[in-house]
Amino acid sequence: MEFAELIKTPRADNVVLHRPFYLPVEGTLCLTGHHLIFSSRRQDNAEELWLLHSNIDSIEKRFVGSLGTIIIKCKDLRIIQLDIPGMEECLNIASSIEALSTLDSITLMYPFFYRPMFEIIEDGWRSFLPDQEFELLSSMTDEWRLSCINKEFSVCPSYPPVVIVPKSIDDEALRKVAMFRHGSRFPVLSYYHKKNGMVMMRSSQPLTGTNGRRCKEDEKLINATLRPGKRGYIIDTRSLNVAQQARAKGGGFEQEVHYPQWRRIHKCIERFNILQESLIKLVEACNDQSHNMDRWLSKLEASNWLTHIKEILTAACLAAQCIDREGASVLVHGTEGTDSTLQVTSLAQIILDPRCRTIRGFESLVVREWLQAGHPFQQRCAQSAYSNSKQKWEAPVFLLFLDCVWQILRQFPCSFEFNEQFLIMLFEHAYASQFGTFLGNNENERFKLKLPQKTMSLWSWVNRSEELSKFQNPLFEANSLVIWPSVAPQSLQLWEGVFLRWNRPSKFLDEAHEEMLNIINYNKELQAKVNALRRQLAEMETDDRMQENA
Amino acid sequence: FPTLLVLQVENVKLLDRYTNRKAANGTLYLTATHLIYVDASAEVRKETWILHHHIATVEKLPLATAGYPLLIHCKNFHVAHFVIGQERDCHEVYTSLLKLSQPVKPEELYAFSYNPKMSKENREIGWKLIDLKVDYQRMGIPNDYWEITDLNKDYEVCNTYPPEIVVPRAANKAVVVGSSRFRSRGRIPVLSYLYKENNAAICRCSQPLSGFSARCLEDEQMLQAIREANPGSHFMYVVDTRPKLNAMANRAAGKGYENEDNYDNIRFKFIGIENIHVMRSSLQKLLEVCEMKSPSMSDFLTGLENSGWLRHIKAVMDAGVFLAKAVKDEKASVLVHCSDGWDRTAQVCSLASLLLDPFYRTFKGFMVLIEKEWIAMGHKFSHRCGHLCGDPKEVSPVFTQFAECVWQLMQQFPCAFEFNERFLLEIHDHVYSCQFGNFLGTCHKEREDLKIFEKTHSLWPFLLQKKQELRNPLYRGFTAYKELQPNTLPFSFQFWCGMYNRFDKGMHPKQCVLDHLLGCMSQKVKLEDNASELENKLPFLDGPLPSEACSLAKIGCAASKTPMLNTPQDYEGEPPPVLSNGAGAGDIDAMSDVDQKHRDNLSHHQDLHDLNDTIDVLDSKAKDERRSTT
Repeated sequence: MEFAELIKTPRADNVVLHRPFYLPVEGTLCLTGHHLIFSSRRQDNAEELWLLHSNIDSIEKRFVGSLGTIIIKCKDLRIIQLDIPGMEECLNIASSIEALSTLDSITLMYPFFYRPMFEIIEDGWRSFLPDQEFELLSSMTDEWRLSCINKEFSVCPSYPPVVIVPKSIDDEALRKVAMFRHGSRFPVLSYYHKKNGMVMMRSSQPLTGTNGRRCKEDEKLINATLRPGKRGYIIDTRSLNVAQQARAKGGGFEQEVHYPQWRRIHKCIERFNILQESLIKLVEACNDQSHNMDRWLSKLEASNWLTHIKEILTAACLAAQCIDREGASVLVHGTEGTDSTLQVTSLAQIILDPRCRTIRGFESLVVREWLQAGHPFQQRCAQSAYSNSKQKWEAPVFLLFLDCVWQILRQFPCSFEFNEQFLIMLFEHAYASQFGTFLGNNENERFKLKLPQKTMSLWSWVNRSEELSKFQNPLFEANSLVIWPSVAPQSLQLWEGVFLRWNRPSKFLDEAHEEMLNIINYNKELQAKVNALRRQLAEMETDDRMQENA
Repeated sequence: FPTLLVLQVENVKLLDRYTNRKAANGTLYLTATHLIYVDASAEVRKETWILHHHIATVEKLPLATAGYPLLIHCKNFHVAHFVIGQERDCHEVYTSLLKLSQPVKPEELYAFSYNPKMSKENREIGWKLIDLKVDYQRMGIPNDYWEITDLNKDYEVCNTYPPEIVVPRAANKAVVVGSSRFRSRGRIPVLSYLYKENNAAICRCSQPLSGFSARCLEDEQMLQAIREANPGSHFMYVVDTRPKLNAMANRAAGKGYENEDNYDNIRFKFIGIENIHVMRSSLQKLLEVCEMKSPSMSDFLTGLENSGWLRHIKAVMDAGVFLAKAVKDEKASVLVHCSDGWDRTAQVCSLASLLLDPFYRTFKGFMVLIEKEWIAMGHKFSHRCGHLCGDPKEVSPVFTQFAECVWQLMQQFPCAFEFNERFLLEIHDHVYSCQFGNFLGTCHKEREDLKIFEKTHSLWPFLLQKKQELRNPLYRGFTAYKELQPNTLPFSFQFWCGMYNRFDKGMHPKQCVLDHLLGCMSQKVKLEDNASELENKLPFLDGPLPSEACSLAKIGCAASKTPMLNTPQDYEGEPPPVLSNGAGAGDIDAMSDVDQKHRDNLSHHQDLHDLNDTIDVLDSKAKDERRSTT
């Protein structure tokens, strides 16, 4: 398909652009296969806006006489407005944008066409390989092995080709366990807690059904992670009620009789359309500036966004607490094991493992626990808060995770190597990007699309010092402790950096950030100066002594 | 321990309502001024100090397994839940605290016995630290239009105003006296702030005694004089900060509001800020929300909404913004009143000044602002804060709301204030503590009668001594921002956890950016000293230094070394925890830190040996500021 077929009016003049915080500006609008480009004609202050079609969540058009107006709502929550003279032009442009922003085929997406303008120092596709992760694990314990059972994605389509499993369990047993778990997602290692050797595993629900099916290999597998005489915890991210209902559909949960060494705790993390609705309501509330205080608070409450944040964080803290404080191993799952499960396992690692609070460690966490673990990004991030469609696969699962990380970052502002901007950047790229990293729903799909060969990795771009410097937290001081966030409502806040970003100017907050950087950098310079002076003085003293001796 | 031990009770537990930590046994002491709890089991001596004046309520709760519970609510939002072994002891503590926390005579207030071992001279210097005349001079007063008059020197015009007030030159004695007869309690229109750039003024007064039709020629002349003192504008605003309904109801009692037909060129406007009773019950509801045991997000947000607290904060802020805009953008003078002109009027006028003038965002300026708009103009601190046993219906968090508005501004403009949140909390503490004379009584005349200037100390020099820890490291200086134009959309207002859940340390960020940056500031001084010392030792050194990366480890700021409160809370929810909620050995204890600080604030102020230095520095600084504003 040629994009040109979709673009009937590639260019319109005398278009007026309205966007947050800027005065309306007149200029020329151009449409290309992947971008909407606006450039102002003013010589003195030429500006350009480049917007990826894939970033467009929805568009609306309005006409007053022959002047058309297109309102574009983006997945990053920004809203812009274009006034386009001429009804035909406007209609053409609107339909082109509509078509180009909803392309079905992944291979037509921008990452397949994007050619980087920067030098690639490190190929991000190869930055975080499972082998490296396993090597690290092997240096701490020999109770685990790397299994290639899923090499051809034949056992579990949503798992990566290699997974880490208990050494005592062979591939034959794994195959049987896979039959017993939803979507074949058998329990695999998610995290090894070096401090006490406890582990966190994740899986999908067991297929016990109504007649209480059991699978000896499954029991053996997860028991293999227990120390003699020790108990473990199964954290089911669903309420007991939901888990019981799942039995009717062939799913279920681990019954005490068959897993006597495990204690099951049910948490209540919502899924799919409930989360999507929540996002839509929250953004609606943030964007409506006519609210009075009562209305705002009641809309904020009714969106339930912060309730979800609290639930997810609480479950993650509980998992971390079992591992670190109770000295027990943990298995986490919900239904499919691709959404709430990953929220819990990845957040628990941020709480437990200082490595995950570094930039590189966090990237690795996103790769391991989200991309390789098979979170269906393509489905979940197809639409954002302005979607009209009632498709049931969209859900801000990853955004909720990032929000939770932000909440922890806010409570431990000196314990993270990255800053808020880093999290916002990941949010943006998960929804629309020139990079291939978040395309596809799992490793299997990415393999088939040949993403590593045909697209650029986000990490290739981020991990260059020019970019990294924007994402570094000046307050960072390596903190090797486990960090326990508070989940009291008073401790949780609306993430302004994302949800109010386009609704209130950030000038004064930016200045505060700048001031903070100045203070810290000035001290660094001073320290360098003092060090240099000390060295110089020491050298002079040695010289003097040598002269005296001579 | 301090002298005058009143009571000592062993075998007392202090419960921590946030963590599920097992309460330890300790000893409770009552002195003449404080309740002191000493945790016997802690390895490091751990003390909790509560000033009797801070106690708002003491309740005996039903018998629990561990003993007889006693719940203490403090005016600074500290909640202490004790469990006492013996019923007799519990009752004795209860009755003693009731007596101690509700003094009847002003002489019983802490300020009259507080003795920081300071010389008489220093104490007097302390009281002279804030001179309102200097602030009027800063505004250019006296000038062609305004004068400082001593017409009220014997409190004949108004007994709740200070002896010296600023009125238009054009308003002669007859006008002033005539107007005072037409204003509730004689609180005539006087100047609060003059915006020098365009001569627009903010004036304040109480409601007129207009009833349904009464008028007063002198009052009309007074308003005319105010309007004409700003030749750049042909009109002035008269702002009634009450809801219209309340103002109308007052007409039946012979009070009310200005009739636009009777006053030339005024634009009359209502701004609906609710009265002290509504505010009191709003705060009560807010505190109930803050104290809920493990509330859901919904419980909290719904409770926050139902309390109406943030709605009231926004109303006060909106009014302040309206005033500042009228003065700056419309170049019009504004006369503000409510009923008596000492609650809402004080909030709104001081907020507008803070928005318009960067001086009031400095340490000194903020002290001046409080002295001027609150203390001198007769905000009834004694009644609003319930310093003495009295009518509980007079108590209202009017000043707390002002402090919160300032905090909300600090959130939006992190670099615009010389001081940090702790400065606000310190002031708020002392408004209730009665440790210093500033906030005693209800007006200037009463403070004179109480001889507070002879018998007590002023708070301000003590706060200046602690300037290092109360300052804002991000402050960009006096000239960085002029007028502030805050966003007042509802989402711009946050719940102030640092105030209303201040003593629930577990809810606060576990690492404090402010401490980190303050650490950087003090480290900066050390490094600069180091550098110059080294440079002196290297006489031959000149030219630029080799730039060099330094080890990050060395930059680590001292402040961040303070132990981090970091223990898991009950993440599992209401049913009996499956996990023994282990805050085992090796956990760093939070309370000690808070209490230590708290105790320092309230009872162990260091001697003011270098008070004079502080004041010298301040004066020269004030001069600089004056210069830069002119």
